[in-house]
Amino acid sequence: MKHIPSIRYRRMARASLLGALASFFVFSPAKSAEPGQIFTFFQAEQVEYRVNDGKDSVNWDAQGWMGNDDHKAWLKTEGEKPTDGKLEKGELQLLYSRRISDFFDAQAGLRYDVKPSPDRGFAVFGVQGLAPYWFEIDAAAFVSNEGEVSARFKAEYDLLITQKLILQPTAETNLAVQNVRERGIGSGISDIGLGLRLRYEFVKEFAPYIGINWERKIGRTADFARNESESVDTLSFVTGIRFWF
Amino acid sequence: MNSRNFNVSRRDALKLAGAAGLAGTLTIYSGRRSFASAAKTYALKVEAGRIIVDGISSKAVMMGGSVPAPIMRWKEGEEVVIHATNRLEEPTSIHWHGLLIEGVMDGAPGFNGYVAIQPGETYTYRFKLRQAGTYWYHSHSSMQEQAGMYGAIVIDPIGREPVRANRDYVVVLSDHTREDPMRVLSNLKADAGYYNRGKRTLVDFFRDTTRDGFNTAIKDRLDWGDMRMDPTDLADVTGYSFLVNGRGPKDNWTGLFAPGERIRLRFINASAMSFFDVRIPGLPMTVFSADGQNVQPVRVDEFRFGVGETYDVVVLPREDKAFTIFAEPIDRSGYARATLAPRPGMESAIPEQRPRTVLGMADMGMAHGGMDHGAMAGGTMGGMDHSKMSQSSMAGMNHGAMNHGGTTSGPDGGRRPFGWADASTPLGAKALGYADLVSASPHTDNREPTHEIEVRLTGIMERYMWSLNGRPFGKDEPIKVAYGDRVRLKFVNTTMMAHPMHLHGMFVELENGQKDRKPRKHVVVVPPGKTVSAVLTANEPGDWPFHCHLLYHMAAGMMTRFIVGQKIA
Repeated sequence: MKHIPSIRYRRMARASLLGALASFFVFSPAKSAEPGQIFTFFQAEQVEYRVNDGKDSVNWDAQGWMGNDDHKAWLKTEGEKPTDGKLEKGELQLLYSRRISDFFDAQAGLRYDVKPSPDRGFAVFGVQGLAPYWFEIDAAAFVSNEGEVSARFKAEYDLLITQKLILQPTAETNLAVQNVRERGIGSGISDIGLGLRLRYEFVKEFAPYIGINWERKIGRTADFARNESESVDTLSFVTGIRFWF
Repeated sequence: MNSRNFNVSRRDALKLAGAAGLAGTLTIYSGRRSFASAAKTYALKVEAGRIIVDGISSKAVMMGGSVPAPIMRWKEGEEVVIHATNRLEEPTSIHWHGLLIEGVMDGAPGFNGYVAIQPGETYTYRFKLRQAGTYWYHSHSSMQEQAGMYGAIVIDPIGREPVRANRDYVVVLSDHTREDPMRVLSNLKADAGYYNRGKRTLVDFFRDTTRDGFNTAIKDRLDWGDMRMDPTDLADVTGYSFLVNGRGPKDNWTGLFAPGERIRLRFINASAMSFFDVRIPGLPMTVFSADGQNVQPVRVDEFRFGVGETYDVVVLPREDKAFTIFAEPIDRSGYARATLAPRPGMESAIPEQRPRTVLGMADMGMAHGGMDHGAMAGGTMGGMDHSKMSQSSMAGMNHGAMNHGGTTSGPDGGRRPFGWADASTPLGAKALGYADLVSASPHTDNREPTHEIEVRLTGIMERYMWSLNGRPFGKDEPIKVAYGDRVRLKFVNTTMMAHPMHLHGMFVELENGQKDRKPRKHVVVVPPGKTVSAVLTANEPGDWPFHCHLLYHMAAGMMTRFIVGQKIA
């Protein structure tokens, strides 16, 4: 497969992200409950330090939106930077989110991965919302500019021990339709991740937490990792802050 | 006290024709001609300021320089002129809640041709008072009502008062937040449960497991989880200070009396969001007016008070001691407190707060399998009279004070409240219910409604979206009726919150089982999962706001237009 020169590609990706943002404001029908009422929300679900057997890292997972009840511009970002190295994973999504039911939004837009190299742009189609029994769900399919198809499923749950002490189990899995050897991704289920974080909400907007996070590469993805002498199984102790504004 | 003379001369009859909605509360004496009195003129400035509640200063929006705004003391039949000047940096408006009034004077921007008062501008309201009673006035713009823009209206009747009182006090209950009200709405949009600090926890789960058994407790969790509904969602906003006449519980607003005096208390719920359970321990209250309209006196120990409603009560303290006026919001997140005392500085004990209830499946309008609590224990129902309740309307607000068998008895033998309507009214005490309200005078228009308008109260709590018939304001379908139509409004509450539904411009007659003496209301509380109906004669042409009086519900879209066609000559 031909590789697009990365400089040119990055420009394209940035231009299209900006274009998507601009188009939201141009085309979004301002017909919320109270006309012109636009709300904003930004939440860093995880900003944490992961202790993992000498390979510590800083990880983040955050999202925010701007819009009304029915239409929103949605931003998602996640990434990982080892404490003694360069950024290993860095992802940004800019989506248009539309309410499709009482509890779910359909989302479409762009994703741009700065890392792992080589960088990639993706088209994103997803569904995000609240499933019965209070599970927060985020499911998305991605088609890269190289035509690679993948998918991701995330779920989380808040278990209130008290009003302020909250245990949050999370689960995530990634799937790929074809091998993307250069990015270390094999077809099939590529990885699963499970987390358990215990936070204390001093106020809703600010909650420090501790927890554990376990990630396991699977199938061919694991094979690729082994070939690169990378670990396939990572158990980390995490400590971080959840905040929003 | 209760008898009503209705001697109307020919001339008076003409004048009264326009006031048909309140016919019967008036007694006209020949020789008193206050209809002809000159207009009273007021200047009312709307400005930003600060108020001090329990020693803590916070921002407020004020009318006439205070929170609450000055009491408007008027006389039925007179004409009043109010020059309202906007000294804010945003548009404002003043709505005269409960008054029968020409549309453009009603003061709701975007309705009846009324335009919000722009910064620096003055709008002149001019209207003739067609009724007597206790009402209130407040902003109908943005979130200014939450910020302090509310005040009492007292209109003395031309004729005799239904109750003679030695003292006459206005008791304005309100909820005050130190947060910017726009921020409150924004927080609710980000997380509808933002302010709920009474959610069910693992600790509650273990307690319920011990009491009800694991299977029952888990099934209950699953039932609620299946619907993605929260049984602890009683009030959307917390963090409030609850005020009586603008004063906090420590400030302790005090009304003086001499033992043996009859005190009239004009309760007004000017809250943005709070339902109150109101009581004066040791002092039974006789309710004789609801929403400014006289009702047959009913003696109660407490009443539940919806946002926007008013109740006039009379109390007779005989002893030389202080009494606490105690108003708890239904989520029990605090209390409003004031004192009636023979001398300043006296106070009485502050009662212990009652437990917070938890919603049941019945509050979702569902007869859910495992939630059938079956037999109600009549003994705890606080003297509620079933026979007065209309089966179809279910208008009673006190029908929830039911003991649901074993599930609500705690290990200590105390009763845990269950269901929205359960105010934990003690055994033998009487709580006012809608079924108790009987108009003091019969109606003149007792036609059967020609048609029924179903108003579904709808919302998606999780997104903090609120609407009528599934349509938020702006995408709504206005309700249209012809002038003179007799219609039934059937409120079907599909949500798990109570909504105080307010119609501007006209009173509705609550269908609570009374035939020709249905109480006239400007706010009708529709409990969660319940259906309540009211009838009205559409005799006020205009384009009237019709909305939930919970401020953030209205702001989120729970409003529509109620259009009454012009009178055809």
